[in-house]
Amino acid sequence: MTARRGSMRHTIRLACPPDVVWAMVGEAVRLPEWWKGIDECTVEGDTRTILTRSGLPMPERILTVDPELRRFQYRITSPLLVEHLSTIDVHDLGDGTSFVVYSVDAEPAVLALVIAGGARAALTNLAEVLGVEIVP
Amino acid sequence: MGRKILLVTTDQQRFDTLACNGGTLSRTPVVDGLAAEGIRYERAHPQSVVCMPSRSTILTGQHPTTHGVWMNGVPLPGDAPSVAEVLRQAGYRTALVGKSHFEPYFDPFLRFDENALAMEGTTPHGGSRRGFEHFETATHGAMGPLHYSQWIIKNHPEALGMFARAVDDSLQVSSEAGGDTGAPQVKVNEMERGIYHTDWVADRTIGWLDSLDPDADWFCWMSFPDPHHPWDPPESEVGRVPWRDVDLPAGYPEDKALRESIIDAKPRHWRAWYDGSLVSNYEAPADWVPATLTPDQVREVNARNAVEVELIDEALGRVLDRIAERGWGDDVDVIFTTDHGELQGDFGFLFKGPYHVDALMRLPLVWRPAPSSRTTTGEQAGPSVVTKPVGLVDLAPTFCAIAGLEPATWMEGAALPTDDADAESRGFERVLTEWDSELFGTSVHLRTIMRDHYVCTAYLPGTSHDGTEGELYDLADDPLQRINRWDDPAMAQIRSDLLSDLWDAQPEPRAERLYLEAPV
Repeated sequence: MTARRGSMRHTIRLACPPDVVWAMVGEAVRLPEWWKGIDECTVEGDTRTILTRSGLPMPERILTVDPELRRFQYRITSPLLVEHLSTIDVHDLGDGTSFVVYSVDAEPAVLALVIAGGARAALTNLAEVLGVEIVP
Repeated sequence: MGRKILLVTTDQQRFDTLACNGGTLSRTPVVDGLAAEGIRYERAHPQSVVCMPSRSTILTGQHPTTHGVWMNGVPLPGDAPSVAEVLRQAGYRTALVGKSHFEPYFDPFLRFDENALAMEGTTPHGGSRRGFEHFETATHGAMGPLHYSQWIIKNHPEALGMFARAVDDSLQVSSEAGGDTGAPQVKVNEMERGIYHTDWVADRTIGWLDSLDPDADWFCWMSFPDPHHPWDPPESEVGRVPWRDVDLPAGYPEDKALRESIIDAKPRHWRAWYDGSLVSNYEAPADWVPATLTPDQVREVNARNAVEVELIDEALGRVLDRIAERGWGDDVDVIFTTDHGELQGDFGFLFKGPYHVDALMRLPLVWRPAPSSRTTTGEQAGPSVVTKPVGLVDLAPTFCAIAGLEPATWMEGAALPTDDADAESRGFERVLTEWDSELFGTSVHLRTIMRDHYVCTAYLPGTSHDGTEGELYDLADDPLQRINRWDDPAMAQIRSDLLSDLWDAQPEPRAERLYLEAPV
């Protein structure tokens, strides 16, 4: 690949108010509830450690939990990554629906792609877990 | 009892690596014997020159535009149609042993069932996966969660470090150099031959066959990961083909000025890759510059590749011997092919990418019909040579025909012809190949038609191309595809005719494009 660093983004529109979404995605320890493939998750202070289904531990530092912006940001601190930042934003569309944006920036770029793929699937699963429709 | 089907695929194997196709490095008596009894195809093309789209075509009988696996890293949907399921529903026992690669390998979350299955066994949940009751997987080396990797970890942990590294620390394809010449993706591998994945795949295939009742009808896809890079066959076997004795391949222009003039006449991404200024995909080491490839490296890569081809031939021989011992020898159709080719020195390149030339597009394909079978004329099909173009998209309907079934309506090809007269009567005139890649801001899109003795490729707009570029080769007088006739006024009418045919023949695209989930 030409790029060492990858920047990706996936979105979903959900038929529910943003606070419903934020209650799930803004709570760091609840990640395994909506991200299939993350089997365990512990949170201590601003440190979250997840264990993927393949047995890979991923330590993370929680950077932003802003209930006003409904923004959650974390950084994977595993030595696998030179750089990483993931951002989840929950936007109020003013019509009873929410627009959720999951961004992944990472070096190596390969991991940006893989993590973003997992994030996209997690967003789809989020709808199912919340019991809400996906709005096209 | 009906006809059993043994589909044998390798990975990244050139047409000219089989002795029956004129290859001079590898001794391939087993496949040669199948060709002598059966049908050998001179112009078999994949519908994509990369693994996942091409293997998905074999399974679904559809072009990548239809099945949706538009580049490596796009998973084939779990509910995609499958010829294995058609056969299973018709009462066939079914198995896939070896490389599957319908889903991405980079999968830390184990989102993809084929990776997760390997952690749990060989029998998929619900009894089958993509139509296969038995799913036992391997890839190049012992990385990842697949069955072969788990087997090596459990039984031969000392061998883990013996394989070449597939990826480097930045998770790019490794350019680690080795061997005598410092060629990329070459490594001295001290592992014992019997635990190398080629023999493991044959052993596991035999194991599955041994589990079957004598009266079973079965379809087995035996899928060898070799001779795909890395070129790290067991060192004990490397002396079979001494690289210093290898002639440079005809496709490798040793003279630098000639080589570069040939490349410069092709669309610009050829030269850009050659010089190291563009890497458009994940199929080659990102930090390897093709312009640095030396003649001796070409020899050593070809020699090691040839060793791997010989090991595959011998492994196939063991499986065929076991089939005969089980009393099935007369009732088995054997189809031998691969998913795509390898540049292997042609034009001064290794590996593969958006380069639709014979190195990647002309595949070995041999079909040895069951000796007990008869065509509708009462004659056994073969031996014969088919020179008309055929595609891997034609395999699925061929398996149906062997099993006495109508091809499924979702299959886009037709049962392989048994000779040129059959090919002509049934309209085997053209074969299509497509390439799409979009990776971190670099996109390339090719559409190719092979018809008559021409290979014509149109480039759709991408980051390196504006949609006006193309390639046109007349194989009748330029079999090495060194002279790009795309802009030749003398070829304008032929080009126009081929392009018109190319666009008319395009399959219907899916309504929604599938997502890219990983680089491979």
